[in-house]
Amino acid sequence: MDFDLSDEQKMLAEQARGLLAERTPYDRLRALIDSGADWDEPLWRELAEMGFLGAAIPEAFGGLGMGELDLGVISLELGRANAAVPFFSSIVLAADAIRLAGSEEQKQRYLPRLASGELVGCFATAEGPGPLLGRGLELAGDALTGSKHPVADAGVAGIAVVQCGARLAIVDLEQAQVTRTRLDSFDQLRPHYRLDFAGARAEVMPGENAIEILLDRAAVQAAFEAVGGAEACLEMGRGYVMERQMFGRPLASYQAIKHKLADIAVAIELARSNAYYAGWATGTSQDDLPAAAAAARLTAIKAFELAARENLQVHGGIGYTFEANCHFYYRRERTLSVNLGNRGHWANRLLDAQPGSQGKAA
Amino acid sequence: MDFNDTPAEAAFRAEARSWLAAHAPAHEMPVGIKLEDTDEAARGRAWMRELFDGEWSGLTFPKALGGRGLSGVEAVIFAEEEGKYNLPKGPFTSIGTGMALPVIAKHGTEEQRRTFIEPTLKGEITWCQLFSEPAAGSDLAALRTKAVRADDDSGDWIVNGQKVWSSWAHLTDWGILVVRTDTAVPKHKGLTFFVVDMKTPGIETRPIRQISGMSEFNETFLTDVRIPDANRIGAVGEGWACCMTVLMGERLGSGAHRSGVEPILDLAARTPAEDGATMLDDKAVRLALADALAEEQGERFFQARLRTMVSRGENPGALAGMIKLAYATRQQRVLGLGMELQGLSSIAADPADSFTPDLQYDYIYSTVMRIAGGADEVLRNQIAERVLGMPGEIRMDKDVPFDRLK
Ligand SMILES: Cc1cc2nc3c(=O)[nH]c(=O)nc-3n(C[C@H](O)[C@H](O)[C@H](O)COP(=O)(O)OP(=O)(O)OC[C@H]3O[C@@H](n4cnc5c(N)ncnc54)[C@H](O)[C@@H]3O)c2cc1C
Repeated sequence: MDFDLSDEQKMLAEQARGLLAERTPYDRLRALIDSGADWDEPLWRELAEMGFLGAAIPEAFGGLGMGELDLGVISLELGRANAAVPFFSSIVLAADAIRLAGSEEQKQRYLPRLASGELVGCFATAEGPGPLLGRGLELAGDALTGSKHPVADAGVAGIAVVQCGARLAIVDLEQAQVTRTRLDSFDQLRPHYRLDFAGARAEVMPGENAIEILLDRAAVQAAFEAVGGAEACLEMGRGYVMERQMFGRPLASYQAIKHKLADIAVAIELARSNAYYAGWATGTSQDDLPAAAAAARLTAIKAFELAARENLQVHGGIGYTFEANCHFYYRRERTLSVNLGNRGHWANRLLDAQPGSQGKAA
Repeated sequence: MDFNDTPAEAAFRAEARSWLAAHAPAHEMPVGIKLEDTDEAARGRAWMRELFDGEWSGLTFPKALGGRGLSGVEAVIFAEEEGKYNLPKGPFTSIGTGMALPVIAKHGTEEQRRTFIEPTLKGEITWCQLFSEPAAGSDLAALRTKAVRADDDSGDWIVNGQKVWSSWAHLTDWGILVVRTDTAVPKHKGLTFFVVDMKTPGIETRPIRQISGMSEFNETFLTDVRIPDANRIGAVGEGWACCMTVLMGERLGSGAHRSGVEPILDLAARTPAEDGATMLDDKAVRLALADALAEEQGERFFQARLRTMVSRGENPGALAGMIKLAYATRQQRVLGLGMELQGLSSIAADPADSFTPDLQYDYIYSTVMRIAGGADEVLRNQIAERVLGMPGEIRMDKDVPFDRLK
């Protein structure tokens, strides 16, 4: 047993962290929000150049053929930086969907361009309030009618992987039969759109039963991203309370504050441990994936929720200002908490995977 | 990252497994019967002896001291395999191996090592821990039990005072004891560490009735107890360093737990709810159980990370306290949930139901995990200070001589 990141993975993390710290400081995030930008395009190009986008895409399709744990290392750093790039939409969801469900020809056509970042994909499931997987789309032959919303990063995407019943279809977003409408996104660094399809041409992918496993795999990456976000919050909160003086001593010396941050640190370590295991299991131990992904998901969201809320709390009034940096995470955390199905969904996934399935809901 | 055993680890596991399969079943505790504590302690000794004869005791102990000189990882593997059997282990075995031996090995003389290490590994000497006092628990260094030199030329020490919460002190052979030998210096500096034969005149243990209904711990009164200087461990005034060695062992030891959530999952699955459903169909129950299960898994993998650190010779330090904190708080929550989902019958079960009394007991006992071996709040302080580097608590008594404290 060697339950730690490898030296290479630690180097990868450092490299990603260094780059992101330099290119996307908090002032950059503020500027992106103020300008109403859809994304941080220069950063996206640079991530592509570094090979981060294609990290886990097979070499045969233009990627580097690394593992899910390596991808997790990158997801964690993107979460820490709260980077405004469509990595989760394009790489973790769209590219992985095509890899899992696409025909050989579809993989050849799309994966290399997704790996190089020249094409961006998004992933469309929801149809307004309600379940993660919508039910209202109509597919007649290869013509798609109906709408999906909200869809993250659809503004910069060239294609969408669209969930249509139990199948996944690739839809070219540049065609005239698709209308994109930008919505007001609570997460100001991840724009969301409404997609309307009026008989749009859709390429249904041949792979069946891909959605569950796709969501499991994505949940693992989202868990890494959430751990990164939670770590950033803990670091930020700690930094602030160490500096802030009150009643003649540092805020950090008060036990209520120490205990709050200690609890966050524990939640983060539990979540990180689950994410490591799930990252490992994604590539190595498929049978364990549903339980591992669900456990990683549940603990990571819990850690991020706690960290995002309490980080703002220990900042006091300054935490409520746009000039402070708490809000990026306070908002992003809500995106992660809902973007792959809610707590109940993952609770079921975890319980249903218990031995003997004694967990199965009636 | 590789979650599987290395070939060497797998070989060690296989060896442990086959030895345990041959020797452990005969020592397993009967299920559903509460043994007399004398019986339990005797079984504890017998299992220690079996381990010793099979060369499975003192795994991480240096070979020169009678151990096997193996790594922490191998100790964990053995504990995992051993944990699959319901063996007679408890404070009556673990205080000896986990506390007395490390401190004797590190701070004791050659003579003391010879006298105590092998007999302890064999189960011939069992130990209790005489640390806590009515006014000294988390703040252990505030203890008041006093030792002075006898006024003859023997060099012996005369001890007077009171210890409390001394687990199994009524049935164990020796005690590890920390006392105050100098009141004119600040509290951490005036302590000295001893081992004491529990049959020494002047030691009286009185059982304390616990909230569980049992009496596993005691008040221990020490009245003019004479301890030879040869039984002093470490130098006079060095007691605090010895205590630290003991408490580190306690923290690292409290790692290997059985699953606490799975039995409650099973309970939910067999507890009827309305309309032919079970309590496992109840959404609120599902959410709470899934949360607990996810945390429990995280804790298991966190443990694996710490184990990897140990195998590299790194010291996890206060990180180990994170595991205990997470475990203790969750365990109480999950057991409480177990009672809730059963409804009123968890308060007064059917006589034929053997599960519920255990659940009730475990719920009562879950409070202990949150207090002993580093209370929740103390662990949070340690995590904040040692992991996050936050300021220490304000201490009014740190540099004040003990006899001038209020
Ligand atoms: C079942 C059982 C078996 C035991 N066996 C033994 C044994 O064999 N030998 C032995 O010597 N002892 C034994 N103990 C004693 C145990 O070590 C103490 O109970 C423990 O150290 C806590 O001390 P205390 O009980 O005095 O509580 P206190 O230290 O008085 O704690 C009371 C409360 O104050 C909190 N607190 C303490 N310090 C701080 C702080 N700085 N900031 C904020 N909150 C704080 C604690 O977390 C706790 O909630 C046993 C205890 C139990 C319950």
